[in-house]
Amino acid sequence: MRHFQKEDIAADATPAPRQRLVVIGNGMSPGRALENLFETAPEAYKVTIFNAEPRVNYDRIMLSPLLSGEKTFEEIVIHGDGWYVKHGVTLYKGHKIVAIDREKRTVTSDHGVTEPYDKLIIATGSSPIVIPVPGHRLAGVLTYRDLDDVNAMILAAKSGGRAVVIGGGLLGLEAAVGLKEQGMEVSVVHLAPTLMERQLDAPSGFLLKTAIEARGIKVHTKANTKEILGTDHARGPSRARAVVLDDGAEILADLVVMAVGIRPSVALARDCGIAVNRGIVVGPDMRSSDPDIYALGECAEAQGQCFGLVAPLYEMANVVAANLRGDLDASFNPSATATKLKVTGINLFSAGDFEEGEGKQEIVLRDAARGVYRRLAIKDDRLIGVVLYGDVSHGAWLFDLLKRRVDIAELRETMMFGPEAAGGAPLDPTAAVAALPDDAEICGCNGVCKGKIAAAIKAKGLTNLDAVRAHTKASASCGSCTGLVEQVMRLTLGDKYAAAAVQPMCGCTTLGHDDVRRLIVAKQMKSIDATMQGLEWKTSCGCAKCRPALNYYLLASWPEDYEDDQQSRFINERVHANIQKDGTYSVVPRMWGGVTSANELRAIADVVDKFNIPSVKMTGGQRVDLLGVRKEQLPAVWADLNKAGLVSGAAYAKGLRTVKTCVGSDWCRFGTQDSTGLGVKLEKFLWGSWTPAKVKLAVSGCPRNCAEATCKDVGVICVDSGYDIVFAGAAGLDILGAQALCHADSEDETIEIVGALVQLYREQGRYLERIYKWAKRVGAPSIKAQVVEDREKRMALHERFLVSQKRAQVDPWAERVAGEQRHEFAPLADLTLVAAE
Amino acid sequence: MSQVWTDIGAMDAIPRRGARVLKTPHGCVAVFRTFDDRVFALEDRCPHKGGPLSQGIVHGASVTCPLHNWALSLETGEAQGADAGKARTFALQVVDGRIHIDLTALAAKAAA
Repeated sequence: MRHFQKEDIAADATPAPRQRLVVIGNGMSPGRALENLFETAPEAYKVTIFNAEPRVNYDRIMLSPLLSGEKTFEEIVIHGDGWYVKHGVTLYKGHKIVAIDREKRTVTSDHGVTEPYDKLIIATGSSPIVIPVPGHRLAGVLTYRDLDDVNAMILAAKSGGRAVVIGGGLLGLEAAVGLKEQGMEVSVVHLAPTLMERQLDAPSGFLLKTAIEARGIKVHTKANTKEILGTDHARGPSRARAVVLDDGAEILADLVVMAVGIRPSVALARDCGIAVNRGIVVGPDMRSSDPDIYALGECAEAQGQCFGLVAPLYEMANVVAANLRGDLDASFNPSATATKLKVTGINLFSAGDFEEGEGKQEIVLRDAARGVYRRLAIKDDRLIGVVLYGDVSHGAWLFDLLKRRVDIAELRETMMFGPEAAGGAPLDPTAAVAALPDDAEICGCNGVCKGKIAAAIKAKGLTNLDAVRAHTKASASCGSCTGLVEQVMRLTLGDKYAAAAVQPMCGCTTLGHDDVRRLIVAKQMKSIDATMQGLEWKTSCGCAKCRPALNYYLLASWPEDYEDDQQSRFINERVHANIQKDGTYSVVPRMWGGVTSANELRAIADVVDKFNIPSVKMTGGQRVDLLGVRKEQLPAVWADLNKAGLVSGAAYAKGLRTVKTCVGSDWCRFGTQDSTGLGVKLEKFLWGSWTPAKVKLAVSGCPRNCAEATCKDVGVICVDSGYDIVFAGAAGLDILGAQALCHADSEDETIEIVGALVQLYREQGRYLERIYKWAKRVGAPSIKAQVVEDREKRMALHERFLVSQKRAQVDPWAERVAGEQRHEFAPLADLTLVAAE
Repeated sequence: MSQVWTDIGAMDAIPRRGARVLKTPHGCVAVFRTFDDRVFALEDRCPHKGGPLSQGIVHGASVTCPLHNWALSLETGEAQGADAGKARTFALQVVDGRIHIDLTALAAKAAA
C-alpha cells in the first residue's frame, strides 16, 4: 500500500489510478478469483495474465469427459476470449514467466515481456509426477494433466492398440475408462494392494476393482513399474512398446499414461526467494511471505497442506479476491473435502478419514446382491469418515454431518440409512402415512390401498419390499409409490423394518417427489399452503425449488380446482416470455407445426419495427424469436401479435413447446402421409398443457426423418402403413435416440396414444424430469402397458388429459393484454422524474 | 445522516411473496413483500451477474435470482449457502399501508 498513499489522499478529487494486478497462470483458481473480483470491485485493478498454455481458461475437471468423448473442448471453456476483452484483461497466451523481480516489482516472460505489478498472484498450479524409470522419455509416454495430454491420448487412441495407465488413483482410473471408451485395450498398473487407497478402504477398493474389470480393463495391483521398453531403433524413432513390472511381467503398450500424482510448481517462487515448502507457503489471507504476492491453487500450501480438489481451491480464490478488494478479514480455513469418481455408472463417495486408529469406531453395511458398501468412521460421537459405494445418495447429507461436526450420538443407529431413517429430523415421515385412512390408494398403477398392504404384511408375515410387491402388486409397476409402501411397512412392522431412504425434494421437507405427489392426492390437499401444512414443511413458505414443483403437482392433480400460484412460478412462466442475461425478454409466437403465412410474418415485422426490437432469430423449433424486448413493452407487443392471430409459443414453459414437421405428402416426393397436417393437429391438441419439464415433438413424413423425430420427447414417423410412434429421445444435455412405443394405423389413434403418453408423464414425472429420464426411471414396459397394451387405461389417461386441457388452453398473452397480472408489467413507482427537478 | 422518506405506493400493490420495481435516477430498486407482510428494498442487481432480483421467486425472507439461482437474504442482502456476495439494502417503513423509502440512501449510493 505504501506506494499508493499519495494517490489515495488525492482520490477525493479524482478517481485513484487503478492498481496493476498481474496473474501468473490461467487455471480455474485464478479464473474464479478474477470473476469474483470483477463482480465485487470491477474498477479496482488493471489485470494482466500470463498463461503458459496457449489458450483461454477451461474446466480441468472435465478432462475425463473430454477424453471419453462425452464433451468437446468448446463445452469445457470457462472464459472465452470475449471475457478477457470485456474485463479489459491483457492475456498473454503461451507466455511462461521465467523471473519475478521483487525489488523492481516486475515479472518477465520467456518471450521477453516485462510487466510491472502492484499485486501479484502466483497460480502456477502443479505438474504431474513422472516416475523416472528407464524409458520414461520415450514417445508414447504421457502424463494426464492438461488439454495437450488429452489431445495426445485421443490421437493415440485413434489407431487403437493397447494402453497402460500407471496409477490406480482417481485420475488414473478416469484416464483408463476414457481410453477404453476411445476403443483401446487398457491395463491399469497400481502400486498399492487396492485401487484409490487414499480415498477408499480395502473392501470398497475391491468392489471398485471388480467394476473396472467388468468394463474390460485389466487391473494389476501391487505392481511396481520397473522399466518402459521401446521399439527397435532400427525401425525408426523408438516408441513405447511395453511396460515391465518388478516381477518381470511384460505388458504390451502402444501408449503409457502416468497418473501417479502431482507436485506443486514452485520453482518460480523459490527462485525469487519467497518461502516455499512442498508448496508456496501462504497465511490464512493467501499471502506468501511477500505481502504483495499471493499464491493460489495447487501451488499453494496452507496450514501445511496442498490441495488438488476444486472446492478448497475455489475457497482460496474467494479469499484472494476479498483480500484484493480490501476485505482483510477473509481467511482460508481448509475443511474436509469429498471425492467422487467421474466414471459413468460407477458410484462412489468418500470423505474424511477412515484409516484404523485409536478410539475410532466403525459402522459397516454390506449388501452384496445390490453391490452396496457403506462405512462410517466415528470418533467421540462425531462422524469423521464416510465411504459409500454403489448407492451414494446419502453422501451429501453425511458429508454435511461430518463437516459441521454434528454430535451424532442420537443418529448413530439409523444414520447409515440416510436422513429419513435417522429419526433426528423434525418430521417423522411415517406420520403422514399413519394419518391416512385404510382405503387411501397407495399404488395408483395397480389400485392397492393402504389397508390391503398392511393386512397382507400381517397375514403373510412379509418383511421385505419384494415380498410385499409379490403379494399385493403395490409398487410393482412404475415404482413411484415405493417410498409410501415402505412407510406402510415401517408402520406395520415397527423397528423390524429399515428402508432404503428417498432423496428429499429439497431442504424444506424430508419427503421425496413421489411421496409428496401421492399425499397431495391421498389427503386431498388443494393449495400450496395446505400441502406445506399437511406435510409439515420445515420452512415458512418453501423455497425456489419446492414451490414451482408443488405448484405443478397441484395443477396436475386438481386440474379443475387448483388456482395457479403465480408467485410460485419461475419468472418466465409468470410473464410468458424468456428472461435474458440483461433482464430483457424474448418473445416467441406459436407457429403451428412450423407453418406460417405472409400475414403473420408481416405482423411480426411490424412489431419489430414499432418496438425497435434489436434481434430477430429463428429458433430450433421452427419459429421466430424476438429478442431484447423490455418487460414493460410485453403487453403491447403481444396485443399487436394477437391481432394477427399469433398466440404465445410457450417457449418458456415446462409444457408443450413445439411440434416440428417436414412438408410430408403435400410436397415431398418421398412423403408417405401428411406429416405437416398431423403436426398441426398434435400441436392444437397439446398446446397449453403444463408438464413436469418441457415437451418437444416432431412428425416426419417418411423414415428419412427430416423433422428429426427420433431425438424428441415424442416423435412420429410416417410410413406407408401408418404411423410409428417413438418416445424418450433427447438432444440436449444428453443425447439419446428415441425408442419405439408402437405403431398406429390412423391419425386419430396416433393422437389418442400421444395424449395418453403425455398424461402418464404428467402424472408420474417428477418436476423438471424430462420424458427420457422418467422413462428410464419407471421403465418402458410399464409405460407401454398403460399407453399401448391396455386400451381401457389408455382411454382413461386420454380422458384425464382432455379434462385438464379445458382450463389450460387459454392464450396467456391475450389474458395479460386484457389486464391480468397488470402489476407485473409496470414499475411500483418511477422516481426518475421526481429527482430530475 | 438525516433521513428523507418518500412515499412510493401502497403495500397492497405488491403481491405477497412477490416484488415490484422502483425506478430511480440511480438505477432500479427491487421492493419485496414477504408472505407475512414485511417489505424490503434491495438494489435490483444480483451481486453474481447483475440479474434483476425483482423478478425472482420470494420465499421466507429470501429471494432467488432468476438468472442463476443465487438466493439472497432480503434482510441483509447477502448471498446464502455456498455463494458469497451482497446486494445493497435500503431502509423502508410502512405507514398506514403505504411504503416509504429513504431517498438519502439512494443518493448516497449514487455518490459512492
